[in-house]
Amino acid sequence: MTLLSIDDLVVEHRTPGRPTVRAVAGVGLTVAKGEVVGLVGESGCGKSTLARAVCGLHPAAGGSITFDGRAVTPLGLRRRTLTGIQMVFQDPYSSLNPRRRAGDQIADGLRAGGGPGTPADLLERVGLPRDFAARHPHELSGGQRQRVAIARALAASPRLLIGDEPISSLDASAQSQVATLMRDLAVDSGAGLLFISHDLSVVRLIADRIAVMYLGKMVEVGATETVWNDPQHPYTQALLSAIPHPDALGNLPAELPGDVPDPADPPSGCRFHARCPHAMDVCGVREPDFGPAACWLHAPALP
Amino acid sequence: MRRLPQAWRRLPEAWRRPLAVTGGIMALAWVVIALAAPLLAPHDPLAQDLPRLAGPGPGHWFGTDQLGRDILSRVVYGARVSLPLTLLLVALSVLIGGLLGAIAGYFGRWADEAIMRLADLVFAFPTIILAMVVAAALGPSLGNAVLAVLVVAWASYARVSRGLVLAVRGQEYVLSGRLLGFSTWRSLRVDVLPNVTGPILVLATLDMGTALLLLSGLSFLGLGAKPPSAEWGAMVASGVEVFDSWWVATFPGLAILTVVLAFNFLGDTLRDALDPRTARAIKERAL
Ligand SMILES: Nc1ncnc2c1ncn2[C@@H]1O[C@H](COP(=O)(O)OP(=O)(O)OP(=O)(O)O)[C@@H](O)[C@H]1O
Ligand SMILES: [Mg+2]
Repeated sequence: MTLLSIDDLVVEHRTPGRPTVRAVAGVGLTVAKGEVVGLVGESGCGKSTLARAVCGLHPAAGGSITFDGRAVTPLGLRRRTLTGIQMVFQDPYSSLNPRRRAGDQIADGLRAGGGPGTPADLLERVGLPRDFAARHPHELSGGQRQRVAIARALAASPRLLIGDEPISSLDASAQSQVATLMRDLAVDSGAGLLFISHDLSVVRLIADRIAVMYLGKMVEVGATETVWNDPQHPYTQALLSAIPHPDALGNLPAELPGDVPDPADPPSGCRFHARCPHAMDVCGVREPDFGPAACWLHAPALP
Repeated sequence: MRRLPQAWRRLPEAWRRPLAVTGGIMALAWVVIALAAPLLAPHDPLAQDLPRLAGPGPGHWFGTDQLGRDILSRVVYGARVSLPLTLLLVALSVLIGGLLGAIAGYFGRWADEAIMRLADLVFAFPTIILAMVVAAALGPSLGNAVLAVLVVAWASYARVSRGLVLAVRGQEYVLSGRLLGFSTWRSLRVDVLPNVTGPILVLATLDMGTALLLLSGLSFLGLGAKPPSAEWGAMVASGVEVFDSWWVATFPGLAILTVVLAFNFLGDTLRDALDPRTARAIKERAL
């Protein structure tokens, strides 16, 4: 059953005096109950913007976001009553209030979700000692903070958990641990999980489906095994070939010509065509606005 | 006694510098003087029973003024007037300016426009001139002088607190709180304000000197404390009338100077003890 449904979503960043950046330019995606969807893409392709829009932290300029049959409204000055969507942010150093104890921050989540248990119980569930509840964030490592942030989000008993690169600032050994932890906790409670990362190899371990984003567009969506073993889109293929030696930023390998284009001034037609080894005439002219692989090589047969 | 050097070494580096120690000792000394004034003052500060305009000497170490009052006693009792009022003044400025700035930064839009235009208005005038105008309009009294300085002093706190709140507002823990259903007031109270108080307290310490200077400045101009009271600014003003008797103006002036210096040293130390980012935010404040 569909829990979250994003339809043709457009999100823009407006900075006075600079051109509007269309960070998300018409994206569709669904997350079902109990499903883990991995969203991958290079730095700057609009993953965080998409995640924030889903939480209502950034208003949509077009399209729709439906959660549990209701449209998600942007967070204004009013108190949020929809606490069914929770997010774990990228930076563990700014995701916890430095002046409050871990336990108090988890208690906020418990109050929101009305769930049973104590902060110490939740700490235990995310694999931390119970007495960490009395600690302040500066007494915790990055990985421990991230676990506290996960505990706080889970305490609210969300039906959709969003992780915006929750593991990218952790060291390699903690990465897959925290990713698996998030998956297990979300799925066990019957929630959906939208897990954002630029690291396909970690996403593969936990996701049921993988969605690949490039410059504000969804280029390929499919079951994890399919995307991993038989990627259709040349961009997905390039991402996969980068995995043996991914640099810390998840940048593409050098074989791929050119840089990521400016999202404020995207190329015509397929946004990937200038860097694509298989580019054809049609690619620079018409946008491939179909799925599951938005690529003219895989255009559905014309009726 | 052997414990002392240990405690000393445990102090943060910034607090062990000569200026920090000097500032700390001076401020502490003034607090003690204010508290123990009746014990320390050799005379009644208001009694006019000594020879007039006697120079410093035994019995009246700071000399006497034109009414035969002991200047040392008046300087000592003056601490009971100036220090609490300065403290009250700064506390009120922090409270009013800090809160208004926080509201401007957090809610933005028209609240921001209204509050910050008001602050700009204050900044458009030289501080002492605006304070004079307000004090003159309210009528000369020490209470009105405090009000007048308050009118000009809140604005710099509003600016600093707005900037700090703007930076904190977008932090992910603030967003997380909102997603958990915090009302805007709870978010402001729990997540935002506690994380901006540190730098604002530094600014407050730095401003104690300025506030005292303004307050005694108004008294000096006859817009503050009324004649018999032992207020340093008013004492300097009366000393200007008898310029040949240098001691009448010099000693209350030195009192003001040492308090201002003490709080500037302390404020600088506090600022250096903070992390560089907040230190920069404070330096950029407009005063
Ligand atoms: N507040 C903002 N104002 C203007 N432009 C922004 C803002 N935030 C993001 N952008 C731009 O929008 C685009 C998408 O940014 P976003 O943060 O969503 O990318 P991302 O995929 O999350 O990248 P990363 O992997 O580095 O986190 C980028 O080109 C970025 O420069
Ligand atoms: Mg991001």
